[in-house]
Amino acid sequence: MKMLIKGGDVVNPEKMNVEQLDIKVESGVITAIGNNLPVEGAQVVEADGKLVCPGLIDMHVHLREPGYEHKETIATGTKAAAQGGFTAVACMPNTNPVADNASIIRHILERSEAEGVVKVYPIAAITKGSKGDELTEMADLKSAGAVALSDDGIPVASAAVMRRAMQYANMLNLPVIPHCEDKDLVGGGVMHEGFQSTVLGLPGIPAAAEEVMVARDIILAETTGCKLHIAHVSTAGSVELVRQAKRRGVNVTCEVTPHHFTLTDEEVTGYNTNTKVNPPLRSSADVLAIKEGLADGTIDVIATDHAPHSEEEKAVEYQYAPFGLVGLETAVGLVFTELVSKGILTAPEAIAKLSLNPARVLGIKAGKLMVGETADITIIDPGAKEVINPAHLAGKSKNTPFNGRELKGLPVMTLVNGKIVMRDRRVTG
Amino acid sequence: MSLQSKHMLGLQHVSDEDIITILNTANAMKDIIKRKIKKVPTLRGRTVVTLFYENSTRTKTSFDLAGKYLSADTVGLSASSSSVQKGESLIDTARTVEAMGADVVVLRHPAAGSSKMLAENINCSVINAGDGVHEHPTQALLDMFTISEHKKDFKGLKVTIVGDILHSRVARSNIWGLTKLGAEVSVVGPATMLPPKMEKMGVKVYTNMEEALAGADVVNVLRIQLERQKQGLFPSLREYSRLYGINQERLALLKDDAIILHPGPMNRGVEIVSRVADSSQAVIEEQVTNGVAVRMALLYLLTGGEKVEDVN
Repeated sequence: MKMLIKGGDVVNPEKMNVEQLDIKVESGVITAIGNNLPVEGAQVVEADGKLVCPGLIDMHVHLREPGYEHKETIATGTKAAAQGGFTAVACMPNTNPVADNASIIRHILERSEAEGVVKVYPIAAITKGSKGDELTEMADLKSAGAVALSDDGIPVASAAVMRRAMQYANMLNLPVIPHCEDKDLVGGGVMHEGFQSTVLGLPGIPAAAEEVMVARDIILAETTGCKLHIAHVSTAGSVELVRQAKRRGVNVTCEVTPHHFTLTDEEVTGYNTNTKVNPPLRSSADVLAIKEGLADGTIDVIATDHAPHSEEEKAVEYQYAPFGLVGLETAVGLVFTELVSKGILTAPEAIAKLSLNPARVLGIKAGKLMVGETADITIIDPGAKEVINPAHLAGKSKNTPFNGRELKGLPVMTLVNGKIVMRDRRVTG
Repeated sequence: MSLQSKHMLGLQHVSDEDIITILNTANAMKDIIKRKIKKVPTLRGRTVVTLFYENSTRTKTSFDLAGKYLSADTVGLSASSSSVQKGESLIDTARTVEAMGADVVVLRHPAAGSSKMLAENINCSVINAGDGVHEHPTQALLDMFTISEHKKDFKGLKVTIVGDILHSRVARSNIWGLTKLGAEVSVVGPATMLPPKMEKMGVKVYTNMEEALAGADVVNVLRIQLERQKQGLFPSLREYSRLYGINQERLALLKDDAIILHPGPMNRGVEIVSRVADSSQAVIEEQVTNGVAVRMALLYLLTGGEKVEDVN
């Protein structure tokens, strides 16, 4: 099986350039990159005017399996990923049971092998049961295939436990991905604390609830040397803390979600529970600071925090609804509409944050289009437009706050191991 | 004369005209309450269902009586006695009530936005009787009606709201309603009980009681929830009372003809001393009567009542 991707604008996130080139794929591997490559009986994919990118990696996804299959499964979540132009996802451990031992990691990998449309990299829990007390068997988890450790959704409250976790993870060269949130400061908060929470009468989550933990974990990473990747930063203060830490040479990276660079707390007006997310949608000043952080490189990665919830779970009073929204299928469109079109990031910069950078954080061999590399490729049409309709999402849950929004710049083909899993905005795999 | 809005969810999005219509209609309704035979046939054949997910004897009773004085059939459902206990969702409960023929649903609920959610999912009129710390429009309307009986005009009237502003739906509704009609509203309370950026709602925000009270025409004293002390929002009732309690010395800071409101139930000796609560300047009992009148006016207007003269 040969394929020739012809005449596309090939994005190189390492050199930060775009060059019109052909790419030849044979048996799932890139065998040639160059000008006017001969067809030689290969299936031709015309990519003129389109961006040919290293396969996109979403390093923050909740696949919900095992335990919450009514929200999402490995099959439906990876289908949503393919639809969104992702060739790989890293899945968070807050499943039921929690992914805190090797057998669950192996289970996730086996299920992904059997039913996954794209590649799945499991992230394991930092503590047993994510209870925040005892460390997980990190070496065993790594052997089983875990690529990182996280307390996503259930933050490690104790600084002492987190410090030991970082010391131990550092010994194994596993990145720690903290969900930075001081639960005491959050209290019963359900949205950003500010004017909107005052008017709506909803309990607020102060920016400080995130920032004190970002500061704590940076200090702990600084003293332990652990590779720290801060999940979903949402406030101006967090961006600044990471910026300063990077200047000091701390081994820290961070990510932001598309909803945090697109939406503000004003979206909550109307009590639409699909705007309820943790961390919450913040102020316009925070959104501005996040865009600055993306532009100056403080923010390394764009990840979705894809968090599916069923219709029944979201059709309740705002305060009682679960936190989270789906993001896999709207991410690329939002990156191009909100960042690339508006000149905040160039296309290669944006693609780096969606491919090479997450690959580097997770230590996985991906994110580059080179001869000899696996043909995980995403093709994006920067001119393609679509109005988001939740009913058309490929994932199991439809909890998006972007209903009715027009996006420009969409993935039109996803190739995993040289196989087309999405073509013309339809999943084929 | 009918209202522009089908529901009464809060005063933030209600027009000035609707507020004035309600207050004028309440005036006519109050005449009925004063009669020996307190009943008119206006809402005969109409059904009002009160759906209370929080305990509130006084608000529920006020709505019940308002409906009964107008000859509506009123039925009360409380969270403890209904299928809510069996895990039924708010929307399903409300749809059930609607299917039984309710014309108006009155909702008291601990979650902000619950009334709006209900209004979006059922066809009958919804009255918000308090949703979390969001709004409590009928309380604000009865406060405004009471003020209007004592003061000529809302324009330039200095109204100070005292206490736990953060957790007060009464404060929020009062702020929207009073500022719409031109009053100058101030709020005062400990820093831990003031919500962020409230000045953007068009009010002055104080932590110093003396500054906030100086020259006020109206003081609305909020009930301090005793459990807030346990949550660490203030050190003790003693200190709260010292800093924010309404006593006779503080009464002297107000205009001579100032009036004192309290939504009840009062913690005597904490947020208000008895000498003030029982003084001629306190209009707390009038508020209770006016609450029934305002709720009668709303039930009447939301079920399509037009001219006040039709009431009889």
